[in-house]
Amino acid sequence: MKIDVEKLGVRYGSHTAVDGVNLSAAPGEILGVLGPNGSGKSSLVKAIAGILPHSGKVRFDGAVAPNPSVIGYMPLDHQTRAALTVLETVLLGRLGRLGLRVSKADLAAAEEVLRDIGILSLAMRDLGTLSGGQRQLVFLAQALAGSPRVLLLDEPFSALDIRHQLEVAELLARLTRERKLTTIVVLHDIPMAGRLADRLALLEGGRLMALGNRADVLASSAMRSVFQVEFVTDRAKDDRVEIRDMRLLAKT
Amino acid sequence: MIAVKRLAPPEGEKADALASAYRRLVLRRVTVLTVTMLALLASFLLDVATGPARLPLDSVAASVFGLAADPTIDAIVWNIRLPVAAIALLVGACLGLSGVIMQTILNNPLASSYTLGVSAGAGFGAGLVILLGSTVPLPEAYAIPLSAFFFAGIACAGVSAIGHARRASSEVLLLAGIAMLFLFQALLALLQFVASPEALQSIVFWLFGSLQKATWAKIAIIAIVLTLTMPLLMNDLWKLTALKLGDERVAGLGVKVGALRLRAFVATSILTGVAVAFVGTIGFIGLVAPHVARIFLGEDQRALLPGSALFGALALSLASIASKTIQPGAIFPIGIVTALIGVPFFIWLILANRRAFW
Repeated sequence: MKIDVEKLGVRYGSHTAVDGVNLSAAPGEILGVLGPNGSGKSSLVKAIAGILPHSGKVRFDGAVAPNPSVIGYMPLDHQTRAALTVLETVLLGRLGRLGLRVSKADLAAAEEVLRDIGILSLAMRDLGTLSGGQRQLVFLAQALAGSPRVLLLDEPFSALDIRHQLEVAELLARLTRERKLTTIVVLHDIPMAGRLADRLALLEGGRLMALGNRADVLASSAMRSVFQVEFVTDRAKDDRVEIRDMRLLAKT
Repeated sequence: MIAVKRLAPPEGEKADALASAYRRLVLRRVTVLTVTMLALLASFLLDVATGPARLPLDSVAASVFGLAADPTIDAIVWNIRLPVAAIALLVGACLGLSGVIMQTILNNPLASSYTLGVSAGAGFGAGLVILLGSTVPLPEAYAIPLSAFFFAGIACAGVSAIGHARRASSEVLLLAGIAMLFLFQALLALLQFVASPEALQSIVFWLFGSLQKATWAKIAIIAIVLTLTMPLLMNDLWKLTALKLGDERVAGLGVKVGALRLRAFVATSILTGVAVAFVGTIGFIGLVAPHVARIFLGEDQRALLPGSALFGALALSLASIASKTIQPGAIFPIGIVTALIGVPFFIWLILANRRAFW
């Protein structure tokens, strides 16, 4: 499902969080959103998900208001006090389809995604007994459980250990490719952006500073000026971009 | 031939394992609900049997199910005891149900059916009619509940209007509700200040709560309201469950969170309003019943809502029995009994169940 974002703006009172952003993302592609703290990354993704009032247009295959079930959205906050099992939490990802009785198809879909993410053994555990990283995996499973065509993930790796970061990155790349998902991921981890994203959008102060192929964006002068960091990149054989070194630029 | 050690069961077995684990979870919940229903039936019969004239349980059961041979027992049961026992069940169910919805939509374990000023509105409405006395053109038995329900509705409308203007977040609803609570408490205090000693005594007695003015007509009205409100909530069971995961996540699932919250709030206000209007403010049921239900049933509202209604009904039925036995020959105000028995029980619950959601 192709996403077209036109002149997107988000305001909180007098503060402009996102300012006239234009971008698009295609099926089968992972678009990474980079930027320093407070640059409007989360607001951008929330506006695309349709849960934040905004100006401008977001089109899904040309339509302004898609069926909510085509979007799998995972916010950054993983705190919850709900007395729900992991299975119930994942089932809620299929909210629009759940009847009063949970069907075999719902259970099968939840099971498939729990297995994909490697947390099937946690299925009957209480959400409150899990670690932050485990909860993050559960909410990723929830975002995937509704078989969405668009995935909007806000820092999906923030609480994960390195093994799970790599496993989840691999899973996202595979699902995006196989199911022709349109995946937009907010990332703080620049090396991960170089491995995972096909294209990158760079934000600063709510404005789009760079948009394009990951290698071009990571090597761009915009990256240097936005983060005030020098990135030394290598292009690996499989077209991934490795960050060889990072140095703080001298303050001028 | 090389023997291959099987480390993991094949995928098919795993799928069955998940489905059967889920079935066990559902079975456990159904068992809890069934046992509570049986306890409720026992408590109901005991409530009918308890009173100045102690009736044998088997005669009571026979009379309730229309099999009694003794007309005296039939008369006591059907004219005096049954309406009180039945209204205890219905009001308890209303309070349990509205309490759990309030805790869910406000995402606050301290919330109860009274948190957002609905019962304070009802109290003011009742107090107003008691104060005006004979100038009200309706018999008091109907004027008090009508006025109580009307002002409960005013409180609800006030909270809804403020909530609607500010996207109905739980914080906005809570603040608007607390404002209504203080407003109507102040107005009620004003009524009490200007009331005659007799009217003041009536107002205070009403506020204690009493099941003794139960009639079959009142029971029918509460039952009808309860029945009509249920379908309103049935459509939103999964959405209400999801609400516990936070507004943003639920909105991401395509739910209009503000509208859901207001819809559920109006339903819960109707339930609270009708319960309070007929029996006065009975505290603690709406706070405790949802917590007990949550411990046994979890947060899935498909089980939690009926569970909370059942535990609420059971709690008020037991309180009704206690109110008749604490002081032989007299009926202790039910609102005092629920709080006096409820508070130690609630403290025990908090200490004994350190669940992650508290």
